[in-house]
Amino acid sequence: MTAMLAHAANVSQTVPATGGFTLMWLLPALPALGAAVLLLSGRYSEKWGHWFAVFMAFASFGVGTYLFFDMLGKPSDGRSFTQHIYTWISSGTFHVDFAFRLDQLSMTFVLLVTGVGSLIHLYSVGYMAHDERRKRFFAYINLFVAAMLLLVLADNYLLLYVGWEGVGLASYLLVGFWQERPAAGVAAKKAFVVNRVGDFGLSLAIMLMFVTFGTVSFSGIDAGASHASNNAVTGIGLLLLLAACGKSAQVPLQSWILDAMEGPTPVSALIHAATMVTAGVYLIVRSNALFTLSGTARDFVIAVGIITLLFGAAIGLAKDDIKKALAGSTMSQIGYMILGAGLGPSGYAFAIFMLLMHGFYKATMFLGAGSVMHGMNDELDMRRFGGLYKFMKITSLGFIAGYLAIIGIPPFDGFFSKDKIIEVAFGQSWFVGIAAMFGAMLTAFYMTRMVAMTFFGEARWKDDAHPHESPAVMTVPIAILGVLSLVAGALLSINSAFVNWLTPVVGFSEPHLPVSSTAISITNVVLVVLTAVWAWFQYARRPVPVIAPDHVTPFTVAARNNLYGDTFNEATFMRPGQYLTRSLVWFDNRVIDGAVNGSAAIVGGSSGRLRRWQSGYVRSYALSIVVGTALVVAALLLVRI
Amino acid sequence: MTSNAYLVLAAILFTIGGAGVLLRRNAIVAFLSVELMLNASNLAFITAAHQWGTLTGQVVAFFVMVVAAAEVVVGLAIIVTVFRTRRSASVDESSLLRW
Repeated sequence: MTAMLAHAANVSQTVPATGGFTLMWLLPALPALGAAVLLLSGRYSEKWGHWFAVFMAFASFGVGTYLFFDMLGKPSDGRSFTQHIYTWISSGTFHVDFAFRLDQLSMTFVLLVTGVGSLIHLYSVGYMAHDERRKRFFAYINLFVAAMLLLVLADNYLLLYVGWEGVGLASYLLVGFWQERPAAGVAAKKAFVVNRVGDFGLSLAIMLMFVTFGTVSFSGIDAGASHASNNAVTGIGLLLLLAACGKSAQVPLQSWILDAMEGPTPVSALIHAATMVTAGVYLIVRSNALFTLSGTARDFVIAVGIITLLFGAAIGLAKDDIKKALAGSTMSQIGYMILGAGLGPSGYAFAIFMLLMHGFYKATMFLGAGSVMHGMNDELDMRRFGGLYKFMKITSLGFIAGYLAIIGIPPFDGFFSKDKIIEVAFGQSWFVGIAAMFGAMLTAFYMTRMVAMTFFGEARWKDDAHPHESPAVMTVPIAILGVLSLVAGALLSINSAFVNWLTPVVGFSEPHLPVSSTAISITNVVLVVLTAVWAWFQYARRPVPVIAPDHVTPFTVAARNNLYGDTFNEATFMRPGQYLTRSLVWFDNRVIDGAVNGSAAIVGGSSGRLRRWQSGYVRSYALSIVVGTALVVAALLLVRI
Repeated sequence: MTSNAYLVLAAILFTIGGAGVLLRRNAIVAFLSVELMLNASNLAFITAAHQWGTLTGQVVAFFVMVVAAAEVVVGLAIIVTVFRTRRSASVDESSLLRW
């Protein structure tokens, strides 16, 4: 797929919304209304609440589609619109508006979030059918969709931060949805706290932006970026990278995403695969003006991307829990997107393209995993699956569609997106390219392992398992997303349609490849196919032990322990923090309370001594009077003298 | 003429009275000693009035006498009441208002 332009800068000017675009505020408003109605109406809405939420999601998707077609009718440099809702902060020189911006980048995200979100809303009607707090679940996922739309539609970094925090809140509420399980509450808390570290980076970045540029709006920063000092731009870039690491579960803030699988599977599909975890990539690509200028910041982004894609793949290789393996895979795929974003103007568009494709195929696989769990009594251990293909045809086919897409078999989605990033990586350096290609091989291996262990091979079920296909309300979304996993990549790559669509916002430049892109593509596909075949023979043709083997290499042990990420966090941050808090408590109890209690004790003790003066004897009182008088007279005489 | 002798006498009388208040156990005798102290102060006032030739001291002496009389009334009433209930005039006996 050749690009149309060798180099294109961002050319679009942002104009206030007119005509149909004045409806853009409906996009976040509809799901927010859904959430508000469901949360406030109490028992009154138990019967119809979930359908109302589904309707709100689809309505938002409908508005998004309408705006998309409206946007297609505009010339490619006139597709950026803002809508000012009200002036939020106006204090001296600090001016922030509550305003939305709809351009090609946010339009892409709007369609992804509302489209995939609506399908997952539909799926959840079936998945959560037996849960008595189902209405609250729908309120929370509507809230999530509203917050995510606020994040991608915001016109400035501060409003983006509001959406950022909103999705973090929704993630906390949804991961900890099954409140009666202590593990869920702990996982939700962990997700929130680790995210907070990233949020700290984002708030510092916003402050630094204000100091450097005097504004925090996207248009202001895009305009002023080239005039700012390199140190300021690099600093902001690194802080934004920290924020992205937190939200997108990149190393070093990756530990929460594996625990976040405690939440219901639709949550994992929507939040921790398709949308929320991609907010970090959105942030970096939206700030492309800053990252294009700072090579140092980009190098850090590339490093984080490479480390995480290998880290996540390593974890995914050793997990037997299907959702945790998919979570490791998500961590790794987002590593690819971050890598793409770090490659600068040659990679931004591909990072977003991969984000979109990943949304389709990963959501398919998570929904498929949920369907498998639903049919197997909520069993999670892949060692207890096997031979499910015959019993769950639609789920299996959907999952396999996602699998073919993720490993990058042409002509499916992964080939047009992830492989493109690997090609551009070779333009950066041989090391980065080879690392990315190795990651693709690992992806092929663990995904084939997953598919083989779950759907093929011998049945290793527990005695009470009766695998059955899920109801239509669950299989239809899987089917739709499965089809999208297969065809969307090819369709959007005709004439580089998607890259051209995004170019006015993010720019594009042709990478300088050491070898031809065809050679890289072919090598990648060949290696992937070979690895997949090898994994197939390991797991589909040979018996899989039901109990995980003990005699394994140290690598496997490390991968089973999440590459000691939790151990590291515990040793470096948690234990010292615990000691600090305990010593502060000790100090408070002994020293501060000691001082207060001690002074009270002194007063009490001395008053106990003093009261013995009240002896009751008149003559001793008289003596006191005489002594006192004598002292006063002596004082008077001394003063006179 | 020097009033030193009178003042010295007043001081001696005051001291004797003070010692009596502190050292005697009988309530009536303690009261007597208080009267003695008052008279000593009266003497000092009169002496001063005579020395400076003003009447202020004499007037104050009258005040003191009136106050002494009133005080004696109240004091003796208390002593009589205490004596009625306790059959004893010792000041050491009434020591209930203590810690």
